[in-house]
Amino acid sequence: MELTDKLLSSYVAFENRVDTNSDIHEIRSKAFQNFENLGFPTKKLEAWKYTSLNSVLKQDYSLFPNKENAIQLADVQKYFIHDIDTYKLVFIDGKYSSFLSESTHDTFDVCLMSAALTKPKYKAVIENYFNKIAKKDNLTSLNTAFANEGAYIYIPRNVEVEKPIQILNFTTGSEAATMLQPRNLIVVEQNAHVQIIERHQSLTSNPVLTNAVTEVFAAKDATVDIYKIQNDNTNASLVDNSYIEQKSNSIVSVHTFSFGGNITRNNLNFYQKGEHIDSILKGITILEGKQHVDHHTLVHHIEPNCESHQDYKGIYNERSTGVFNGKVVVDKEAQKTNAYQKSNNVLLSDKATINAKPQLEIFADDVKCSHGCTIGQLDDDALFYMQQRGIPEKEGKALLMFAFANTVLESVKIPEVKQRIAKIIANKLNVKIGFDL
Amino acid sequence: MLKIENLQASIDDKSILKGLNLEVKAGEVHAIMGPNGAGKSTLANIIAGKDDYEITEGTIELNGEDISELAPEERAHNGVFLSFQYPVEIPGVSVTNFIKTAINETRKAKGLEDMPAKDMLKMIREKSELLEIDRKFLSRSLNEGFSGGEKKRNEIFQMAMLEPKLAILDETDSGLDIDALRIVANGVNKLKSKDNAVIVITHYQRLLDYIVPDFVHVLHNGKIVKSGDASLAIELEAKGYDWIKQELV
Repeated sequence: MELTDKLLSSYVAFENRVDTNSDIHEIRSKAFQNFENLGFPTKKLEAWKYTSLNSVLKQDYSLFPNKENAIQLADVQKYFIHDIDTYKLVFIDGKYSSFLSESTHDTFDVCLMSAALTKPKYKAVIENYFNKIAKKDNLTSLNTAFANEGAYIYIPRNVEVEKPIQILNFTTGSEAATMLQPRNLIVVEQNAHVQIIERHQSLTSNPVLTNAVTEVFAAKDATVDIYKIQNDNTNASLVDNSYIEQKSNSIVSVHTFSFGGNITRNNLNFYQKGEHIDSILKGITILEGKQHVDHHTLVHHIEPNCESHQDYKGIYNERSTGVFNGKVVVDKEAQKTNAYQKSNNVLLSDKATINAKPQLEIFADDVKCSHGCTIGQLDDDALFYMQQRGIPEKEGKALLMFAFANTVLESVKIPEVKQRIAKIIANKLNVKIGFDL
Repeated sequence: MLKIENLQASIDDKSILKGLNLEVKAGEVHAIMGPNGAGKSTLANIIAGKDDYEITEGTIELNGEDISELAPEERAHNGVFLSFQYPVEIPGVSVTNFIKTAINETRKAKGLEDMPAKDMLKMIREKSELLEIDRKFLSRSLNEGFSGGEKKRNEIFQMAMLEPKLAILDETDSGLDIDALRIVANGVNKLKSKDNAVIVITHYQRLLDYIVPDFVHVLHNGKIVKSGDASLAIELEAKGYDWIKQELV
C-alpha cells in the first residue's frame, strides 16, 4: 500500500485509540485534512527543489510498531552523553522507556507528551502552546495529526536547570521498516535556562523515516541551548521540523551536527516576538557516500533591535549532496536588526554537490544584514605546510577540516558534548587526533 | 648529510633547476644567495618535497638515502625542516596544538609513544623563552594575523621544537626588524651542533652577520655558479650580482 493511503486509512483507528480531549481532537482533525489535501512534498515545491523524498516514501513502513523490544542500557549507552549527569527521555520505537529514562516533576517538568496531552494538570500549558507556532505545511500537519508521544519540558520562571536534558529516539528494527513521528514541546518561562541534547538513532540497518516536530517557547530573558546530533545509520531518514518563538531579551541557540543518515531535512524556524533577542543557528555537516542533508532555516525579525547569527560549515565527500537555504525576513517595524548568515563549504570530491541559497527579504531600512557563502577545496599550501612539519597527509586534511569546523564547535557550551562531537568527527575522518580543539 | 647531484627540475614544463650540485656535511652552515628568480625557493621546496615540481634528472640524498620519492612528512620524519618564506595561516589550530601534533606524529612515525604532557610543556616553555615568544602567543591560531616578524619567529620556534637534522631557512630574514633578526639568528645559533646542518637562503648579507656560514653559494639560472667562504657574501653585498653574471658570459 502507498504510504499516503496507509496513513489515511490508519488515522481513524489512531484517533479512536488515543484518549484525548476535544480540543486536541479538533487540532488533529484539521491537521489531518491539511495533509490529506497537500500530500507529501514533491520537488515541484520551491522549498523541496533539491530534496526528493520519493525513494524514502516507497518503503512499507510500520506506523505503530507493536513488538515490545526491550533494549539493554549496555547496547545503547554509547549514544548517550554519559560522562555527565543528565535528565533523559528515551523512546524506543516511539514508546517511552521508563527503564532508560530519568524524568522529573520536582520544580519543573521533564516528562511525556502523551501525559501532557491527556492530564488536566497540563491543560493550560497545552492550550497556550501546543501547535501554536508549528507551520501548517504538509509534514508538520502530518505530525500534528498523529501527535501523541515525545518530550514535554516545562521550565517555570527563574529556574536554571543545571543538568542538560537528553531526548533520545531509538529504533530497534523489530519491524522491516518503521516510521516515527515524535512531537516535542518545550516551554521555558521568564528568566529560566535549559540545555537540551537531541538524538535519533536506529539500531539496525532496517529503513526508518522520522518526521519530528519540536516547538520551543522562550519567554523574556530565557536562555535555551539545543544540540541536535544527527549521526544515524545510512538507511535512516529524518525530517526535523523545529519552531522557536522568542520573547524580549531571550537567547536561543540551536547547533545541528549532521554526520549520518540517508536523507536529512532540517526545517529550523525562528520567530522573534520582542526586542533585544538573540537567535543563534549553527551547524556542522560532514557527509560521504550518497548522503544528503538539507538545511532550511528561517529567521523572522518582527520587532526592532534584535540579532541573528547563522554559521553553517559543510564538508562533502564522494557523491554526497548538501543544501543550505537560509531565509531572513526583516519586517518593516524591525529597525536596527543585525542579521548575519554564513555558509562555508568544502567539496572533497568532484562528484559532491552543494546548493547554497541565501534568501533575504528586508522591509526595514536601518538594518545590518550580511550573508556569505563560500564553496572551495582544502588549501594545498596549508596541507604542504603541515606535512613539512611531520603531520601525514590524512591527519593534515583532518586537522584542516577540524579547524574549518571549529568556529561552530567552539560555541558549544557543554564540554562533554564538544568532546563527543570532536570524537565523531575524528571517527568520520578516520584519524586519531591527538589534540583537543 | 645532504648530497644533491645534477638536480634538474621543472614546473609546468618550465625548467627551473638545470643541473645543481650541492653537498652539505653535518656541522656546516651553507648560505645560498642569488638574484630573484634564480631558483632558490624552488630548491628549498624540492628538498622538502612539494609536489608542484617535477624532478627530471639527478638525485637528492639525505644521509645516503635517496629521498626524492618520499612524501613531505616522511622527509620531515627523517629530519628535514623548511622554514617557509611565507608561513601559511591556519585559522582554528593553535600554535601549541599544532606543534604538539607535529611532534607526536613524528614520534609515531618512529614507533615512539606520545611525548608526556609534562615534558612537552617544559620543552615549549624553554624553546619559547629562547625565541622570546610570549606565552599568550602560543594559544593563538597558527600564523593568523601574525606580523611578518612573529611568523618567522614562530617558524624558528617550531624548528627548535622539532630539532631537525637539516634546517633550510628560506628568506627567514625578510620582514624582520633588526631586533627580531637578532633573536631569530640567536635561536638558530643555539640550535646548531656538530650533528646538524643549516642552509640559509637569503638575498642579503645582513643575516649572515649573525649566522656565519662556512660556505656561500651563488645560485643563478638554476645552477650554482660560484662558491666561496663568508667573504663571498660580503663581496656580493658590495658589488651586486652583475659581475658574476658577466663572469659567466
